[in-house]
Amino acid sequence: MILKEGLWKDMLNMETNNRWIELELVKLYAIWLREFKVFLREKSRLIASTFTPLLWLFVIGEGFGATTDLFGTARFAADTNIGYQQFIFPGIICMSVIFTSVFFGSYIIWDRKFDFLKSVMVAPVSRTTIFLGKAFGGMTTSLIQAAILLIVGFVIGIHYTPLSMVFIIIIILLLSFTLTSLGLTLGSHMESLEGFQLIVSFVVFPLFFLSGALFPLDNLPTWLSILTTLDPVTYGVGALREVMLGITGMNSFAMNIGVLLLSAISLGTVGALSFRRMRAV
Amino acid sequence: MITIKNLFKQYDNVTVLNDINIEVFDNEVFGLLGPNGAGKTTLIHILATLIKPTAGTATVNGYDIIKNPSEVRSSIGIVFQAPSSDDMLSGYENLKLHSLLYAVPKELREKRISEVLELVGLTNRKDDQVKKYSGGMRRRLEIARGLLHKPTVIFLDEPTLGLDPSSREVMWKYINRLVKDEKITLILTTHYMEEADFLCDRIGIIDKGMIIALDSPTQLKERLGGEVIEMELANKYVDKVNIDHLLKQCNFVRKIELDAKKGRLLIYVDDASHNLPAILKILNNTNNTEVESVELRSPTLNDVFLKFAQRHVTRKQGHDEDEDDDSEGGFMERYAQYGNK
Repeated sequence: MILKEGLWKDMLNMETNNRWIELELVKLYAIWLREFKVFLREKSRLIASTFTPLLWLFVIGEGFGATTDLFGTARFAADTNIGYQQFIFPGIICMSVIFTSVFFGSYIIWDRKFDFLKSVMVAPVSRTTIFLGKAFGGMTTSLIQAAILLIVGFVIGIHYTPLSMVFIIIIILLLSFTLTSLGLTLGSHMESLEGFQLIVSFVVFPLFFLSGALFPLDNLPTWLSILTTLDPVTYGVGALREVMLGITGMNSFAMNIGVLLLSAISLGTVGALSFRRMRAV
Repeated sequence: MITIKNLFKQYDNVTVLNDINIEVFDNEVFGLLGPNGAGKTTLIHILATLIKPTAGTATVNGYDIIKNPSEVRSSIGIVFQAPSSDDMLSGYENLKLHSLLYAVPKELREKRISEVLELVGLTNRKDDQVKKYSGGMRRRLEIARGLLHKPTVIFLDEPTLGLDPSSREVMWKYINRLVKDEKITLILTTHYMEEADFLCDRIGIIDKGMIIALDSPTQLKERLGGEVIEMELANKYVDKVNIDHLLKQCNFVRKIELDAKKGRLLIYVDDASHNLPAILKILNNTNNTEVESVELRSPTLNDVFLKFAQRHVTRKQGHDEDEDDDSEGGFMERYAQYGNK
C-alpha cells in the first residue's frame, strides 16, 4: 500500500502503513460520528420512522390477525400459539431496517445538494473510508430504530433469550449494511432529488412486500416465489423468524445467514466502487 | 506555489476552460475575475482535485493534481461558493470533524480549533448549531474550516457572494488579516472589481474559459486610460477644436471624446478628483461652453471587462470569422442585453 503523506508528516513521523491505517480509522470514526449526531438531532425522522412500523404491526397485525387463521392448518404446528401479529413481527423489524437503511443511504443526495459531500471529498480521505463511515452510520441508525421495536415485542408476547438477542443484532446489522450499501449506491448515481420517489416505489416497497414479511412463502405461485428468492430481505426475515419464533421457513438458518453475509459483502463492494467513481461536483 | 500548464476542460462539446496558463507565486493573493459561467469555479475545482482536466495539468505546492491528488488535498484549504458545513452540527463540531478528516494531530486539535475560531470571531458562538448562523457567520466558519489544517494554499470561491455591504467589508478585513497572520497563498474568485482591487496582488481576468488579461489591479486600470469625467454641456454647438486644444495643454488629460449631438463631453484623466476644478476653470473661460452637469467615474469591472473582452473578441474574429456565435456564458452578449433593457 502506498504511504499517504500529509502535511503533518514530519510532526507525526508517519513512517509505517500502520499509522496510515490508524489515521483512516480516525477519519472513519469522524464520518460515523457526524451521521450519528445528525440522527440524534433529527427527532422528526426518528419519530416518523418508528411510527410507521407500529402502524403496520398493530393495525395490519391485529386487523388481519382477527380474521385470518393462517397457521391452524399450515405446516407450523398449531400448538405454537403464534398469531398473525407475532408472525409478521420479524417482518416488521425488517421493514423498519429497509426503510431506515435505504433512506439513510439515499440521503447522500441531500449531502450533495447542500455541498457537504464536496467538503468531505476535497479532504484527504479515501472514498472507501467515506463509504464505510456512512454505511456504519446507517447500521447504527437502523439498529436503534429496530431496538425500539424489539422493546415493543415484549408487549405482543415475543420472548427473547441472551443468545437470541445476539443473533437478532447480528442479523439486523448484516441486513442494514446490505441495504445501506444499496441506498448509498443508488444515491451516488443520482444527481437530483427527483429520483427519490423512484427509489421508494421501485426499491423500498418491493423489497418489503417480496420478503415474506407479511405472508408465509410456502404456497406461493412460481413467479412470486422466484421474486422472493431474489430479495435479500427474505433471508433476513427468515432468520429473524427462526430466532424469535422458532419457525423454520423455506430456508435453513445457515442458508439465511450465508445469503445475508454474501449480499452484505457484494453490495458493500458495489457501493465502495460506486463511491470511487462518484462525481464530486 | 501553483503552476497551471495548458489546462483544458471540456464538457461534452462545450469548452469550459481553454488553454489556461498561470503561475501563482508564494504568499501571493491572486484573483480570478470574471462573470458567472466564465470558468472560475471549474478552474478552482480542478486545482482542488475535485474534477479532472481534459488536457494539461497543474501543480499545487509542488504536487501534481493528477498524480498526487491526496498530497494536493492535504496542502490546500477551500471555501466553496455555497456554505458546505453541516448545519445540524455546531460550528465547533464541524471544525472537529474536519480536524479529524485532515488528520490534525490529536495534541494540536483543540488549540488549532480555538485559534481559527478566534481568527474569524466565532468563539462565543461555537456551540450553536450552524443553522442558527447568519450568512456572514457561515462564510466565516467556512474560512475557519479552510484554515484549520494549516494549508499552504487557500482557495476562496466568491467569498462575499450574497453578503450585504457591511458583512462584505468585515469579510475583506478577515481575508486581509489572515493573509498577514497565516502567511499563505490565497486564490480567490470574484466578479466584483472593487473586491479584486482591494484584496489582490494580481488579477487574472477570465471570460469564456480564457485568461484575457493578467496583471496587478493598478496596471489593469492604468491600461484602461485612467478615470473618466463625463460632462453635459448647455450649448450643443461647441468648438471641439478649441476645447481639444485647451485641454490637451494639461498633462493629466489623456483623451477627449465629444458627442456633439448630445452635448456630451468625455475626458479621460489621471486623478480626476484633484484635477476636475482645473478642467472646469478652463472650460468656463472658453466661449460658448457652459457645463450643466458633471459626473466622475472610476473604471469599473464593466469598463475593464468591456475593454479586454472586446479586444479579445476583435482579435479572435480576425482569426476565425465564420465561427458560430455560441456565446453561452459570454460577458459581452449579456452586457449588451442589460444595455438594451
